[in-house]
Amino acid sequence: MPSVCFYFQVHQPFRIKKYPVFNIGNDHDYFTDDSEGKLNNRKIFEKVARKCYFPANDTMLHLLEKHPEFRISFSLSGVFLEQAEQFMPEVLNSFYRLARTGRVEFLSETYHHSLASLYSKDEFQRQVERHRSMIKKFFAVEPTVFRNTELIYNNEIAHWAEELGFDGILAEGIERALGWKSPNFVYTPQGSEHIKLLLKNYKLSDDIAFRFSSRAWEEWPLNTEKFASWVAKHNGNGETINLFMDYETFGEHQWEDTGIFAFLRNLPEALLRYPDINFKTPSEAIAAYPARDRIDIGEHISWADVERDLSAWRSNAMQYAALENIYALEKDVLASGDAALVEDWRRLQTSDHFYYMCTKWFADGDVHKYFNPYDSPYDAFISYMNVIHDMRSRLSLTRGVQSYKNAV
Amino acid sequence: MRVLMFGWELPPHNSGGLGVACYNLAKALSAKNIGVLFVLPRKTAVSAAFPVVFADITIDVVPIASLLSPYLDSAGYEMFLHEEGHGALYGRNLYEEVLRYGREAGRIAKRETFDVIHAHDWLSFPAGVAAKRVSQKPLVVHIHATEFDRTGGACVDQRVYDIERWGMEQADAVIAVSQFTKNIIVERYGIAPEKVSVVHNAIEEGMMFQGDAAFSFPGKSIVLFVGRMTLQKGPDYFVAAAKKVLKEDTNVMFVMAGDGDMYHRVVERAAELGMSDHFVFAGFLRGEALARLYRSADLFVMPSVSEPFGLTALEALQNHAPTLISKQAGVGELLSHCLKVDFWDIHEMAAKILAVVRYKELRQCLSEYGHQEALQCTWEISADRCIDVYHRLGA
Repeated sequence: MPSVCFYFQVHQPFRIKKYPVFNIGNDHDYFTDDSEGKLNNRKIFEKVARKCYFPANDTMLHLLEKHPEFRISFSLSGVFLEQAEQFMPEVLNSFYRLARTGRVEFLSETYHHSLASLYSKDEFQRQVERHRSMIKKFFAVEPTVFRNTELIYNNEIAHWAEELGFDGILAEGIERALGWKSPNFVYTPQGSEHIKLLLKNYKLSDDIAFRFSSRAWEEWPLNTEKFASWVAKHNGNGETINLFMDYETFGEHQWEDTGIFAFLRNLPEALLRYPDINFKTPSEAIAAYPARDRIDIGEHISWADVERDLSAWRSNAMQYAALENIYALEKDVLASGDAALVEDWRRLQTSDHFYYMCTKWFADGDVHKYFNPYDSPYDAFISYMNVIHDMRSRLSLTRGVQSYKNAV
Repeated sequence: MRVLMFGWELPPHNSGGLGVACYNLAKALSAKNIGVLFVLPRKTAVSAAFPVVFADITIDVVPIASLLSPYLDSAGYEMFLHEEGHGALYGRNLYEEVLRYGREAGRIAKRETFDVIHAHDWLSFPAGVAAKRVSQKPLVVHIHATEFDRTGGACVDQRVYDIERWGMEQADAVIAVSQFTKNIIVERYGIAPEKVSVVHNAIEEGMMFQGDAAFSFPGKSIVLFVGRMTLQKGPDYFVAAAKKVLKEDTNVMFVMAGDGDMYHRVVERAAELGMSDHFVFAGFLRGEALARLYRSADLFVMPSVSEPFGLTALEALQNHAPTLISKQAGVGELLSHCLKVDFWDIHEMAAKILAVVRYKELRQCLSEYGHQEALQCTWEISADRCIDVYHRLGA
């Protein structure tokens, strides 16, 4: 002890192209932008594949071959897998090669990387089921551990995951929710019986994901020996050190010239020099360690922004309006029997759309601005709402003028 | 420290944002115990208003009889002289006036004591340079607009350009109202970038409308243009975008406040396009009336072709109007919480106007966050930056 449990999030949204009001009623292709701009999903996918997915997967495969003890886990969103299949099937193959080692676990999530857990339990369950069958199709495994979009979590979501048959669920390990408790043990969520909770060690995770290349950080430059010694310090007072982060940390958020790949290549060896440290996947960790206590988290938490709450997606009037509008269409869209319409509706639920509308911190030019492919949150909102209008016009065609009037 | 400042207009007898900027900067400097001696070329215009306005802020105003107007071009000046019968009283052309202002400035510089000279825009550059020659004190020239902005890049007057360039070359430091303007100064005038400091303009206290938004057209949204109707401000693009908007949504009224040499053309164009019922021309407004109009607007649009700063955008936001500005405007460097569009992109301009009209949450966020952001832009900050420039020159 302790075990190191890696989980990497892999996700790309279908970004909405610039969609002016004039397109409403005559353009139903919301996600195809052939320009050289930042809304061209194919171009972005190819860029991230080149900078991250290929080199990171090569490194992981090398590490798995070199160290029989090494374990990792991924959560691949359904919309990521779809784009991989559509734009670059070789990316899928490289994940498949990792899967074949048998030491890579695939986690469950909502297919569309959505906020359905906040708006519709039925839709939430449908998206989890759809994701489960896609993972089974591509990798011939059934996920047993669930992680919700952006680690959005509370007691109720844990209970839903239990109802869906999962053995474990992941969450952010923030003090606000834990109090004096350590994130380095396995817990049981309040209100659930069997499902176990793994909490992100956000300090050690963010040392890699956010601070690695920060020259303002007193620990810069971070090397594997230093990092391994920090992990080893938990020996005796922790059972599982959960290092959860976006996979795009490697090569996309932290560029190759920061030394992030060299760090990754050397990390398992540095950790394994400590005889007490081993690696476990999330399902192995919850099988190996008993729940030490109950954790009661009523308010939603997440891993986003310094607030680690829902404010990245829900803090201004535009975000609330967009979310309410998309989920208000649920009944009519599902009843339409129009598969293309249903699929577009689901792609519009991806959390990134609402993140792009966030005005919090926008003026400060921080991560929200960096990750925003639109000129401003306002531009993101305009395209989104115009698309919603077009969705309504399509519904009116399939369901008649009367239902259109009700929806408006 | 004492600053000898040369301008050409101050409120309330100003024809645009320049006088407002000069007045507020002088006031903010005074508040920081910098003595400002403000020299104006005109005598009559200031007689009634200035003792009242300046009484409590210790700025001395020295008027000089002259007929300078910052926005008058040479042809306009000649027409003015002819029409008003002023030809006998004043210099025969604008350039003679500029040079006469310079000679007067030399006399003032001889009898006053000061540490630094600060001249606003080209008409006062000969005055600033003359004062420098007489006094040997450092000269700062402040660029609020270049000839390229005023003419929209077409028909640049070589004589004006020459005076601008000569003034910046003679100066010890240049202040630009935006990075946008600094780029023009460096690229078009060949001034070394390290000589040019950016000092943004700011909001004017008391420009906030306190009453209810009593101005409305029932059932219709108000889209507002405020500014001189000249090529530089892009009123024709506003009219063209309006046509596209009205094709989609007839419940929109377009209000245009301001006058200028394109006024009649703009009115005619709106009529030609069959939009007279949807246009209101409010004339040149200031103070409470203008603030009220901003407060009433569902969207303020500033479609400038080339806008060194664009104070009206800050005024609009100060009064909670959601704001759409052209990407060719310096004020955009200070603002994240507004919409931006290329001035020539009528299609996108119309699309954004329609979105604002249609989505109340968009208006709400643009208004609330834009207002907060505008309030951060204070003349105190601008004055501090100017003082930094004075200090660097050893003043």
